[in-house]
Amino acid sequence: MLACQNLKIEFDRKSVIKDVSLEFPPQRITAIIGPSGCGKSTLLRAFNRMHDLTPGARVSGLVTLSGKDIYHKDEDPVLVRRRIGMVFQKANPFPTLSIFNNTIAGLRLSGLRNRALLKEAAEKALVDAALWDEVKDRLKSNPMSLSGGQQQRLCIARALAVDPEVLLMDEPCSALDPIATAKIEELMFRLRERLSVVIVTHNMQQAARASDRTAFLWMGELIEEGETEAIFTTPKKSMTEDYITGRFG
Amino acid sequence: MRLFDIELKNLRDGIMAMAGIAEEMIELTIQALAEPSSAKADRVNELDRQLDEWELKLDQLCVDLLALHSPAATDLRLVASSLKIVPEIERIGDHCCNIARRASFVHPPILSEGSLERLGQETRGMVRRAVDAFVGHDAALARAVIQNDDTVDELYGQIYRELLRIMLADPLCIERASHLILVIKNWERIADQATNIAEEVLYILKGRSAKHPYLRGNAVE
Repeated sequence: MLACQNLKIEFDRKSVIKDVSLEFPPQRITAIIGPSGCGKSTLLRAFNRMHDLTPGARVSGLVTLSGKDIYHKDEDPVLVRRRIGMVFQKANPFPTLSIFNNTIAGLRLSGLRNRALLKEAAEKALVDAALWDEVKDRLKSNPMSLSGGQQQRLCIARALAVDPEVLLMDEPCSALDPIATAKIEELMFRLRERLSVVIVTHNMQQAARASDRTAFLWMGELIEEGETEAIFTTPKKSMTEDYITGRFG
Repeated sequence: MRLFDIELKNLRDGIMAMAGIAEEMIELTIQALAEPSSAKADRVNELDRQLDEWELKLDQLCVDLLALHSPAATDLRLVASSLKIVPEIERIGDHCCNIARRASFVHPPILSEGSLERLGQETRGMVRRAVDAFVGHDAALARAVIQNDDTVDELYGQIYRELLRIMLADPLCIERASHLILVIKNWERIADQATNIAEEVLYILKGRSAKHPYLRGNAVE
């Protein structure tokens, strides 16, 4: 299970995440909601050590996966990112690689060279990402020929190919139409059967319909977290109620 | 004020308007029973038409609020409960019509003095308090309404048994007594409607259903 305890993140000594403790249970989709600038994406990025390369960034507290500190000096961030995959707001397939090679990019980076195994892994990842039927006849095509929703699912396939335990999704549907959004959400439900999904979203309806748990962040602080149904029908904190009903933020 | 907040206010105002009409109908019905008057019965029917119009209007408003504004938390509970409260008030109007229609058939009185009026007044009090609980966000008052239903049920039982005794003793009273049985049944149903409204008020305020407490410890604290 992915978890953080007393997590603090600073950029040039400016505090962005303040003492956040959260757990992301396996086989559950957790939505992180909050107004712009509240630190949602910053929090998400800390879970696969993306701040390691940001000058002036300082992460303290504990982030654990299956009980082990992912920031421990002996942990290789590349291996951490295999176990904790990430999908971004804007689909970012590698434009110079084919659809097939995009899918297996992570596996190649980890040293897998066996062509048969790579083909098998690519097909499995594309099936898992609900993209196989749409691309199986054009695996050698450039990914930029795909629609926005297909590109996003290709990025999900790329993340799934290395068999992660957690999938982080940073506003994965914000640039997609409702049909493409629905496909991503269906995919999230399927993926939930075998991994933990954490999604950052601005879309309250998406958080309500597509997550099991919801965490509300405000100004870098965790205000409330709990079962999504409870958060959206009977939130405990008035600040949560005001935010989800659109009265501030 | 946002459009959504204006629409929510329209919904609350609409429910209060409906409740006001229903209370006026109850008052007229009590008067019609005490002193038969076709004018009062006609007025009850007129007001019932107004309630029906409000029901259609508020049903549509609730559906629009759900479809266009995706309410959450207390707002969602208000809209969801309004979809139940509105038909409850509309049914109160129907029951008043049923009673008022029979008012001219229950005279001269055969029941012990004051018992029928007491049933009407108890029921009216329940409706008024249920509406006050809705308007004033008053959970304690809503709970009191729910408890009060037992008093009305008891009163209904007493009058019903009295009517049976009267019918057995004097067959000439059977027709009046039959009308009266339907009259008291309608009062008892109105009290049930007030109870249902109070349960919805508790759901809006507490976020937990107050219905059927015997099923999973549903009593709302």
